Amino acid sequence: MDDELAISVRGLRKAYGDNVAVAGVDLDVHRGEVFALLGPNGAGKTTTVEILEGYRRRDAGEVRVLGSDPAAPAGDWRSRVGIVLQGTGEFDALTVGEVVRHFAGFYPDAEDPAKVIERVGLADKARARTHTLSGGQKRRLDVALGIVGRPELLFLDEPTTGFDPEARREFWELIRDLAAAGTTIVLTTHYLDEAEALADRVGVIAGGRLVEVATPEQLGNRQAALATVSWRTPAGAVESAQSATPTALVAELAERFGGEVPGLTVTRPTLEDAYLTMIGHR
Amino acid sequence: MSTTTKPAAPIATSPARRPGAVALGLRQGRLEITQFLRSRESVVFTMGFPVIMILIFAAIFNDEIAPGVSYTQYFITGMIATGLMTVSFQNLGIWIPIERDRGVLKRYRGTPMPKWVYFAGKVVMVVAIGVVETLLLLAVSAAFFDLDLPATAGRWLTFVWVAVLGVTACTLCGIAISSLARTARSGSAVVTPLALVLQFISGVFFVFTELPGWMQQVAALFPLKWMCQGLRSVFLPDGFGAQEAGGSFELGRVALVLGAWCVIGLVLCLTTFRWTSRRDG
Repeated sequence: MDDELAISVRGLRKAYGDNVAVAGVDLDVHRGEVFALLGPNGAGKTTTVEILEGYRRRDAGEVRVLGSDPAAPAGDWRSRVGIVLQGTGEFDALTVGEVVRHFAGFYPDAEDPAKVIERVGLADKARARTHTLSGGQKRRLDVALGIVGRPELLFLDEPTTGFDPEARREFWELIRDLAAAGTTIVLTTHYLDEAEALADRVGVIAGGRLVEVATPEQLGNRQAALATVSWRTPAGAVESAQSATPTALVAELAERFGGEVPGLTVTRPTLEDAYLTMIGHR
Repeated sequence: MSTTTKPAAPIATSPARRPGAVALGLRQGRLEITQFLRSRESVVFTMGFPVIMILIFAAIFNDEIAPGVSYTQYFITGMIATGLMTVSFQNLGIWIPIERDRGVLKRYRGTPMPKWVYFAGKVVMVVAIGVVETLLLLAVSAAFFDLDLPATAGRWLTFVWVAVLGVTACTLCGIAISSLARTARSGSAVVTPLALVLQFISGVFFVFTELPGWMQQVAALFPLKWMCQGLRSVFLPDGFGAQEAGGSFELGRVALVLGAWCVIGLVLCLTTFRWTSRRDG
């Protein structure tokens, strides 16, 4: 087993009855990496992540997370892994401080609860009952509970769903901060801009398979994709052409129009275009 | 969000600060008790129900079942047993499905907390609330309805072991039955009718020996009847033993049946307990 790998998965399969949720996934995540798992609902994202977290049993395949099989983890494994699930349980009757302090007590080398609360931006809510928190604040509490044990590896399942734009930016800063300190981070997300902003590499999962793993820039091979050049004809219609050499095409058009080309645009596929093509929506 | 504090290197450098096993169980218990006390409904209904029932029964039946022995002296046994079953069996059978549905259990499973700590916390809560509730019941009955408290050390000892065995059996059964509920709401639908039927057939509201024979036979399969019977030996004169179904208070059999339910409950807990809700797969 390679010590440089935080996660190593080979041939992972999981079915619920006739419904195959994960149909053979191979995946490596390096230590210190921020890895984003992108995919539509029902693609097998959550099933894959929950197998890695030790919540679900797999039907087949090799899985190593921090050197352990999550289905039968070594003694201190749970204290080295932080988990932020979607919509996990709230402790309505307790305050933010009480919950974080309680969970800190489960870990051998927990961070100071007050510091964790401050890091996630809940310092002024430390004495508030958790049921009075907004959706975004509850999510921050989830994150506080995920990082209070100083995990080597942190799982985040759709962490910013329901955040306003400002809260998302702040959250991204926190994730970058954790990554800079050496924490390996695996996050699932619906948001392409989130993957682009945070991830070193992105894995796109569709139909239970990992269809591509690449850096956000290289995803869908969009660097090499044809550019689309479009312009308006003298008659007013919009015409467009795909070209591997758009500069030459634009020069040719400039000559044809004798200067300015009306309505000229040159575009390459966005991450969203690449993603939608991969998951079969285009 | 502050960016000024960075976490230490991921490798643990300071010595382990995690509390020991006993401390882990106790702090989990403290958390459970805090949550219970802050939920006003559970405090009022769990703690108040037996007291309200004894007030009603003492007001309705204010004469004596035998010379010098008030009805209260009989009903207190059923009310103590019911109170202990409410705080353990019903409380857990209703709350654990809610916690499971909300994902509280799933969150605990994602931490290094040993599984038993969760159950230990529930036991600490049940015992603490059970003790307070029973003392409240005894105090109210002694103050207003001339309840005679047990006079000998031997009777108090019987009181303690019957209560401890009964609460243990009901706690384990409450944890076990929580896995039957598919959703947060159905916990109460599973547990409440069961508890109510047991109360009616186990001699909580009526004198047990006046119930139809088949009903007595059914009740004898479950812990509540034996808790009531054990407590009758604590609060009623020795001579009343002869009026029991078995001709005596049968303390040996009380211990045996309650002990058997502890074993059954424990086996069910260990084999059927679910940390995630069914829709989680």
